[in-house]
Amino acid sequence: MGGLTDFVENFGINTEALVARMPVILEGILVTVQLTVLGALGAMAIAMILGLAQSVKLAAVRIAARIVVEFFRGTSLVVQLFWFFFVLPLLGWQLDPLFCGVLALSLNYGAYGAEVVRGSVGSVPKGQYEAISALSLSPLRGMFRVIVPQAWALMIPSLSNLLIQLLKGTAIVSMITLHDLYFQVDQLRRTTGTWYAFGFGLLAYFVIAWVLVAFMNALEIRAKHRIGRGPSLRESLGQLFRSPGRKQIGGELA
Amino acid sequence: MSDIWSWEHAAAALPALLEGFKVTLLATLLGTLIAVVLGLVVAIVRRTAPRILSLPVTGAVEFIRMTPLVVQLVFANLVLSQFFETLTIGIWVLGIHYTTYMAEVYRAGIDSVAKGQWEAATALSLPRARTWRAIVIPQAVRNTLPALGNYAISMFKETPFLIVIFISEMVNQAQNYGANTYRYTEPITMAGLIFLAASYPMSLLIRRLEKKLA
Repeated sequence: MGGLTDFVENFGINTEALVARMPVILEGILVTVQLTVLGALGAMAIAMILGLAQSVKLAAVRIAARIVVEFFRGTSLVVQLFWFFFVLPLLGWQLDPLFCGVLALSLNYGAYGAEVVRGSVGSVPKGQYEAISALSLSPLRGMFRVIVPQAWALMIPSLSNLLIQLLKGTAIVSMITLHDLYFQVDQLRRTTGTWYAFGFGLLAYFVIAWVLVAFMNALEIRAKHRIGRGPSLRESLGQLFRSPGRKQIGGELA
Repeated sequence: MSDIWSWEHAAAALPALLEGFKVTLLATLLGTLIAVVLGLVVAIVRRTAPRILSLPVTGAVEFIRMTPLVVQLVFANLVLSQFFETLTIGIWVLGIHYTTYMAEVYRAGIDSVAKGQWEAATALSLPRARTWRAIVIPQAVRNTLPALGNYAISMFKETPFLIVIFISEMVNQAQNYGANTYRYTEPITMAGLIFLAASYPMSLLIRRLEKKLA
């Protein structure tokens, strides 16, 4: 563990090296954030479509959605990433590596998210569905004006966990030539040694993760407030940095 | 069609994939074992230990849970590779990463043990240790079995992350075969299908267990 004494002795020099490399490190952070945000948006869209498709009356639609969900949940993120990056070009589609990353993250976490959407739509009380027909709202209108707003409040804690999983999953993309935060940390290591570079790197990921958690907590507070179950965002700023991973729906990973 | 998919390459890649699959299984089994045991220890420490001990444990759990497994693997490997084999390091990092999830699961399991059970133990004046061992843990663990199974499956599908420290699990084997022959289609597709074929029946089984316990 000689590295640890180096860490203390060379802290000043290492920090100078870190500052000197800051432009590329910021570029790395940008790649990681891009992957996370675009991947999360894609995953959310896929989760909504595949999740809601499983409560459609038509059996063919339900079964198709189920198969897609199980396929992308079951085949492992890294395999999907490599498939898009190594196999697709052989079949004639050369995708940009960043797009490969976003695609794999969207499909994989979208499939997990679909389970969350399905679970929380299923746990909206029956009376709400009866209320839709009592008010003679059309099924589609009832879905989007009555069920989804309530389900949305229920699903956010699990989605928050998935978002952190997605952020952590992005760290594999240097395998497909992307220069993300992890890649830049590994470059920094060559000048500062392992302890300093990885100490910085882990801390940077930790901070990004907490920013995402605070954002998701804000969404949850707002969603609850809008359906009349809880204080407004302004009244509950102290809740913003509450740790995730408490109540959750959808089992595996979430 | 033969251009896109070659059965010869599929057959040629299979032995290496199965070799890798053994490593994948080994890492999953031992990693799960570590997570199951350490997770319980962490959950109990967080519940019973004085704040001076439980606070740093909580901090460490939170930090490990919120940072990428990939970065942890590379970091641990760089620091520890002079002392341990890479596979050992990989399995421990995997296990410790999942310990942080399992600790949450156990915590929820312990919370779900009815209050009356604690009161009954007090009424019978059972010692603290015996209350935990004979009353709380058996009930808590029963409630956590489905979540435990789900995390084992998650871990199984995350073992390909071990590729970053050059452990030859299944996806690494597939990638190597591709790099050597420039036939990526067969090995990577098959690796994905093997993951699916192994994890889907397991998740069905766990869903059934969930219904049975509910």
